[in-house]
Amino acid sequence: MTAPESAARRLPYVMAVNEAITQLMREDPAVFLAGEDVALYGSVFGISRNLLAEFGPERVVDTPIAEAGIMGLGIGAAATGLRPIIDIMFMDFMTVCMDQLVNQAAKMKYMFGGKARLPLTIHTMAGGGRSMAAQHSQSLEAWFCHVPGLKVVMPSGAYEAKGLMVAAVRDDNPVIVVNQKALLGASAPVPEDLYEIPLGVANIVRPGSNFTIVALGAMVPEALKAAETLAEDGLDVEVIDPRTLQPFDTGTVVASVRKTHRALVAHEAVRFGGLGAEIAAQIQEEAFDHLDAPVGRVGAPFSPVPFSPVLESHYVPTAETIVTEVRRLLGRQA
Amino acid sequence: MGEPHAYGGASAPASDWGDDRMTEITREMLLDLHQRMVRIRIFEEEAGRLSEAGRIPGALHLYVGEEAVAAGVMAHLEAADQITSTHRGHGHLVAKGGDLRQMYAELFGREAGYCKGKGGSMHIADLDLGMLGANGIVGGGPPIAVGAAFSNKYRKTQNVSCCFFGDGASNEGTFHEAANIAALYRLPIVFVCENNGFGEFTRQDRHQAIQDVADRAGSYGMPGVIVDGMDVTAVYEAAGEAIARARRGEGPTLLECKTYRFFDHVGVRGMGMVYRTDDEVLQWKRRDPIATFEERLQEMGILAADQAAAIHERVLFEVREAIAFAENSPPPDPSVLLEDVYTLAAGGGR
Ligand SMILES: Cc1ncc(C[n+]2csc(CCOP(=O)(O)OP(=O)(O)O)c2C)c(N)n1
Ligand SMILES: [Mg+2]
Repeated sequence: MTAPESAARRLPYVMAVNEAITQLMREDPAVFLAGEDVALYGSVFGISRNLLAEFGPERVVDTPIAEAGIMGLGIGAAATGLRPIIDIMFMDFMTVCMDQLVNQAAKMKYMFGGKARLPLTIHTMAGGGRSMAAQHSQSLEAWFCHVPGLKVVMPSGAYEAKGLMVAAVRDDNPVIVVNQKALLGASAPVPEDLYEIPLGVANIVRPGSNFTIVALGAMVPEALKAAETLAEDGLDVEVIDPRTLQPFDTGTVVASVRKTHRALVAHEAVRFGGLGAEIAAQIQEEAFDHLDAPVGRVGAPFSPVPFSPVLESHYVPTAETIVTEVRRLLGRQA
Repeated sequence: MGEPHAYGGASAPASDWGDDRMTEITREMLLDLHQRMVRIRIFEEEAGRLSEAGRIPGALHLYVGEEAVAAGVMAHLEAADQITSTHRGHGHLVAKGGDLRQMYAELFGREAGYCKGKGGSMHIADLDLGMLGANGIVGGGPPIAVGAAFSNKYRKTQNVSCCFFGDGASNEGTFHEAANIAALYRLPIVFVCENNGFGEFTRQDRHQAIQDVADRAGSYGMPGVIVDGMDVTAVYEAAGEAIARARRGEGPTLLECKTYRFFDHVGVRGMGMVYRTDDEVLQWKRRDPIATFEERLQEMGILAADQAAAIHERVLFEVREAIAFAENSPPPDPSVLLEDVYTLAAGGGR
């Protein structure tokens, strides 16, 4: 399921998120949005613009700066029949509510022998590239993928942002929607109706025959650019967007590698212990005999995100980083 | 809108926030307080100008309007006394005696900056001056200030720590945990709440059900004091008492300073905001901590108008010189990216 080319209407990413929330709230009176400055101000990123006017302060709720409290509000409301969307402004601030999320939300169903149901969506904003330094730029998705009971999605464009948001809110489990600041202005064709991109299903964004790049979120457009460059080397790159990170669509990735025999994973998060490690491990477990080269990984270096634009430009991976790493891998193979 | 200091409902009149004991403050100290405020104001106005012109990367949270708080508290502190700051941290470091060149170099992301360009506006720090960092996390500072106070007590220094935090931050769990620990252990710390009436774009009466953050002090077993944060001598007096109390080993105080930021949450725009009226901004600007103080100093015959203007000019010159230094200094070399993540030399801290 990809964006239909024919869809005439293009929408910036941020408006796709906005439209998803709006339509979900129209569809289901149990859906509400709570977070810091989401109501009167329409969120610092603009994701909730105009929602207060349409749905009123009962359903679009400005909260105090109290992430643990807000997260708990979402959990308690979800456990008692509502379908909350909790906005944690920056992904870095998820650290402030880790107990509520990791010890409470993720485990409630299991600990209670299956009796609880938590239709809870957590919306947050990750990533660097804006000189916002070490506490406003992190990509922490791997932490959450490590926690049984949580689901994690990471859209790569406006079409995915809307479809995944809809699936997240309709899901009866805690789902973390990791959007990235770097993508907010990017436009793509977005259908006007309420569509869903099923959780746990990857998308082959660009079919290819002899190299697979699995790219997360904002690395998808970078991987597509890298694929163009690598075509000059005679490589026919297949780019896969997992869209959902937990549960992960191993099948689509493995099928691709069985065909291409080489693979690389690209994400913006720190490379060490990032999702690339998990995906590379799954590939070698399931397709070891098909591999002609080590599975590569592109991620950020092992440091906090630096402030200085000069340093940050060497920190956040780009198409160039991907190209260099693919060439290095294939050189080693020769 | 009633009194300009009312963030929602009714609030105490300004005269209740401390009496006028300016005559007890020495002439030198009055001029010192003035100078600290002017340095902050001009530092911030110039930083804002550079940011608007796209010459400084990232986001700046400016302190203009709130200068009396930093100046009045910091005038009591020596370098060995620590402070924790906030995202709105430049004013705290300027008032603590921060080096303007290194500050601007940090804002520009240059190698010569306080943090070698790695931190920027939101993480500006000078540990030699006891400035334990601006902070990108609202509520990040209070527990750290408690740790510094614990350390001061443990090491039997006479030093105190001062924790600056906003009205918005007073809703974070970290503040409450820190306040409880500080009072329980009778730590030498002052919690300085800069109540500017807003957390980002949310007015105080829409983020907490109380008007005075100082009300929270009693529930932790410490005194809560409210002071007019637009009046530098009132802040100076109240901070002096709280800091002296901490130094005497009598425990923490919560000092709430009622103030206002003249600019937007981020950047320099002040008027035409959806979340506050221009009228409210103008009312507060009439109580500009620097202009009103200069009027008083003039009346007292301590600082004539032309002398005040000369001070502004001298500070502006110093600030512009620091900017020129910073903007002409080199960016960090990419090779330093992986440095400073860990302390490499093994050692027992000596
Ligand atoms: C944990 C956390 N939550 C949210 C934010 C986003 N944020 C930055 S400043 C701010 C408002 C802080 O208000 P206040 O403490 O009153 O300080 P002021 O900006 O008014 O000086 C918010 C919500 C943050 N930086 N950290
Ligand atoms: Mg505030």
